[in-house]
Amino acid sequence: MSVLIYIELDNGSIKKTSLETVAYGAKVAAQTGGKAIVLAIGKADSGELEKAGDFGAEKVLHASDEKLAHENSMAYADLLVQAAETTQSKIIVLPKSGLGDAMAARAAAKLKAGIVSGVTALPETQGSFNVTRSIFTGKAFATVEIKSDIKILVVKKNAIELDESSVGTVKATVEIFTPSLRDTDFEATVVEVEKASGEVSLTEADIIVSGGRGMKGPENWQPLLDLANALGAATGCSKPVSDLDWRPHHEHIGQTGIKVAPNLYIACGISGAIQHLAGVNGSKCIVVINKDPEAPFFKAADYGIVGDVFEILPKLTEAVKAIK
Amino acid sequence: MKILVCITNVPDTTSKITFTDSDTRLNKNGVQFIIGPYDDYALARAVELKEQTGGSLTVLHVGEADAEPQIRKALAIGADDAVRVNAEPLDSYFTAVQIAHIAKQESYDLILMGRESIDYNSGVVHGLVGEMLGIGSYSPVMKLDISGNKVTIAREIESGKEILTASLPLVLGCQEPIADWKIPNMRGIMTARTKPLKVVEPVSVDEMTVPQSYAQPAPKGACKMIPASEASTLIRLLQTEAKIL
Repeated sequence: MSVLIYIELDNGSIKKTSLETVAYGAKVAAQTGGKAIVLAIGKADSGELEKAGDFGAEKVLHASDEKLAHENSMAYADLLVQAAETTQSKIIVLPKSGLGDAMAARAAAKLKAGIVSGVTALPETQGSFNVTRSIFTGKAFATVEIKSDIKILVVKKNAIELDESSVGTVKATVEIFTPSLRDTDFEATVVEVEKASGEVSLTEADIIVSGGRGMKGPENWQPLLDLANALGAATGCSKPVSDLDWRPHHEHIGQTGIKVAPNLYIACGISGAIQHLAGVNGSKCIVVINKDPEAPFFKAADYGIVGDVFEILPKLTEAVKAIK
Repeated sequence: MKILVCITNVPDTTSKITFTDSDTRLNKNGVQFIIGPYDDYALARAVELKEQTGGSLTVLHVGEADAEPQIRKALAIGADDAVRVNAEPLDSYFTAVQIAHIAKQESYDLILMGRESIDYNSGVVHGLVGEMLGIGSYSPVMKLDISGNKVTIAREIESGKEILTASLPLVLGCQEPIADWKIPNMRGIMTARTKPLKVVEPVSVDEMTVPQSYAQPAPKGACKMIPASEASTLIRLLQTEAKIL
């Protein structure tokens, strides 16, 4: 019984979160005695796709029809189902993202499969099939038994450690996958795509530097951007900041914004409302810089500095440059 | 145009989440419940579209009777009538089957809901419903304009947005800034009391997933404070102690 793993590509490269998904799926395959098979959709070189082998995949099915160039959850879900049927996979694993959730949902309805999104750990497969997932935006966890024959897991970032020791040197076999495409999946027309160029994606970022109302205005963001630039980090903000239009909405991190799980989250002038904490509690290490020593964010932080962000940020930027 | 808006009934975003009955149930004591924030955006845009097109707006909730104050609030905001499927929604698949069952009976042109509920955060119900009805589904939708049968959508993608056109019927998961939340006025609150709220029993669904237990995250260790005068020490600690840089 195979485990089918969907991976997302970014300009032909496998996204880091998708490499984690491959490693996760390969471990599930090892647990359940099956093969780990990857599905990739879109343009990519075989050499890049072979890298899935380093993380435990045996084979990559690659669909690169021109019609699939645009992210299309309905067509992609069709492909996922066809690939699951071709490979006789009973477990399907996808990365947690807007696309991953949308594909998983439509595939689950087609396959009458139980779906669990936000999975945070490897499943228990002795006897019943139980997985743990994040709920209440990371404020709690649920352990869920999947009872359906086909199981779909949508895996959160950092659910599995991708350290050097888990990376192998085995190349996966890449096979062209030619699905049958349905016209009904292509009825919508993409008119325009506005993608901010050069920015590090918040959901993929290893480091995020984020600002709150303590930054005092959009004109004061440069010291924060300088630190982010020195660290190669993405930038985020709290809800009041995006509500005030100091920063774009797609930078809003929190319970009703983007949920992030970087290795390092640096909060500058953010007091730490419970809704903001809910969006960052997947971070491995949290640094808080705030002039109010009573700011609730310090209770959730690993490192804290009480002081003026405008004095501290340039010092940090200099220190980062010094070690690079 | 017939619009259906699906709402969730969730703990307020400031709620501290705890469990009871040996960590098998949410502890509702002292928790204030609200319409899901993303669903509120969907509802607000639906009210505007109803006013614009002169159609009808039904609000649907899959859940138990304790959600009725939130359903009445949706009626006060501008929905014409409401349906409550009388069942505890234990998983996304179950919820989606109930929504699709109601939707098939009435042939809605547009089904709106939040991008995700803020309790279980799955973000999959719109996709499940779309597939079950055999129609398109898109999420998260930040802008929605309708002209006749043609729909123009702006939806969030990674670090940006995508604008697309499609035809009705559709299922959409919504988020800000699709519309400003609406607050019910006194007239709305009074008329909501007399608007129809139909309670129906759920259709049977195969058990797909079953929650076993709940847990809270492990408590965080103490925060290591660094004097502001030695701020640069932080970078050294992140490199040598936390081993992140």
